[in-house]
Amino acid sequence: MSERDPLSVRAEALASTRKLHELSVTGRLWSWRYLVLRRLVQVGILLLFFGTAHWAWELPKKTPLLTGNLSASTFVGVVPMTDPFAALQIFVTGHMLQTDALLGAALVLAFYLLLGGRVFCAWVCPVNLVTDLAGWLRNRLAIRAIAHLPRSLRYFVLATALVLSVVTGVAAFEWVSPVGMMHREIIFGLGFGALALLAIFLFDLLLLKHGWCGHLCPLGAFWSLVGYAAQVKVRFDKSTCTHCGECARVCPEPQVLNLKKLEEAGQVVSGECSNCGRCTALCPEGSLAFDLKPLIRAHLRQAQGSGTRDS
Amino acid sequence: MADPTLTRRDFLEKAAQGTAMAVTGGLLWGYLVLQESRAAPFALRPPGALAVQDFNATCIKCGKCVNACPYDTLKLTSAGGDLPIGMPYFEPRKIPCYLCPDIPCMKACPTGALSPELKNINDARMGLAVIDIENCLSWKGLRCEICHRECPLKGKAISLETHPRNISKHAMFVPLVHSNVCTGCGICEKACPTAEAAIRILPPALVQGKIGEHYRLGWTIDTQITQDFKPAPAVTLPPSSQPVPVPTTAPGMDYLNSGDL
Repeated sequence: MSERDPLSVRAEALASTRKLHELSVTGRLWSWRYLVLRRLVQVGILLLFFGTAHWAWELPKKTPLLTGNLSASTFVGVVPMTDPFAALQIFVTGHMLQTDALLGAALVLAFYLLLGGRVFCAWVCPVNLVTDLAGWLRNRLAIRAIAHLPRSLRYFVLATALVLSVVTGVAAFEWVSPVGMMHREIIFGLGFGALALLAIFLFDLLLLKHGWCGHLCPLGAFWSLVGYAAQVKVRFDKSTCTHCGECARVCPEPQVLNLKKLEEAGQVVSGECSNCGRCTALCPEGSLAFDLKPLIRAHLRQAQGSGTRDS
Repeated sequence: MADPTLTRRDFLEKAAQGTAMAVTGGLLWGYLVLQESRAAPFALRPPGALAVQDFNATCIKCGKCVNACPYDTLKLTSAGGDLPIGMPYFEPRKIPCYLCPDIPCMKACPTGALSPELKNINDARMGLAVIDIENCLSWKGLRCEICHRECPLKGKAISLETHPRNISKHAMFVPLVHSNVCTGCGICEKACPTAEAAIRILPPALVQGKIGEHYRLGWTIDTQITQDFKPAPAVTLPPSSQPVPVPTTAPGMDYLNSGDL
């Protein structure tokens, strides 16, 4: 890498930030496109479940649209879907699931292996609505951190969930999961689960930034592990990046935007990236964009090849 | 993730701290889960539900059985209730199970927590009807018998038996539940006309006793001993000097209203 004048680097970065701040109203809305789309998908999925349960939404021949909830569901009466993490917990209690549930878990796993593990977190999980609100409000109120926890804690929570499932003989996370609680209570009627969500909201707002989704949730940890193998990734173009840092400012998992790693791999490697798309839509230089992993690799190899030829 | 700044000490320290947090949290978490799962014995589960422990383990809390139930019988427990969270149950006094012959709830279950081995809905054992004979109208001497008439397995799950009555010679007709047939659907509990149901569905394990192996009901066993047993010869009493009174009416004609007896 050639050394550049630090002043010009800074000026470039500032210019990028200014570009972002001088966006027109439509430009600003366009830079939120994935955020809007995510909210539509999140609420839409909830609505599909709710409508099927309460308003008997169905296709002709009395085929219910989407029965169940995020733990297990059936789409248009034929496509089974099962939460693979819930299935794994049940499996380690020593109980075999029926083929229907296993097939559903395989389908869901394949889906997220393609699109990115934590696509579940950013695009489907209803708790994300609560924690994003808390995160946004926390930024607005400029609440300073009073606690610090390592982000790797979630993997210990994940391991604990599996160990506890073996020890107690029931799927340990499913019995306390705020994700399941929120979904069930929206679809099947309200109970005290709202209190658990309030606790998460306050925890995220006042104690630890992105505390639940980014530090504790074992389901997110499970999908993070899946995410490492996922095919849709955020591509990084180092030639256009001006290091303005706007991406890291909106990213709920900013550690995945480690510049050194980005430059090495030409993409966001970490499975902790939820493919929420905030950075890709926002980047004033268009250096970040969704792409397929094999294409990114091919691109990178090509770029490296031409790079060595040039020098 | 080879980070050159991470020393072995750092790594061990971090791993130990993470483990400590996981174990501390895990103990609390495990306690919660165990408390929840032990709260189960009073819950009435949908037809085909596995035994408590297996049901607790395999139910994935998806609510598809609730979606499938055409009578809105099944509900999912919410957080903070006295039943384990997120699993299907029903309260027969509100809405009983109407014993759909195609068992849609069981068919909707993706995990087998409602076992597909249940082929005939009449083999379901969701609970057992138990009668509070102190508050049952039939046991008070009224001709109620509503539970018997409403029972989908009338005469088999609930039969009517005669029972002598203290205040008059009229017999009482009292309902009797047969545990080998009762499905625990709760239609009787729903139908019971008393202010609080005098017939209720409870999980069989909570109300059923067990004789045990060590009692031998000799008269039910066809063995050498009972067959060889010869009773002692009957003692013939000397004929009584008192004459036997001759009845004025045919036996059984009007004894109910004769005043004696």
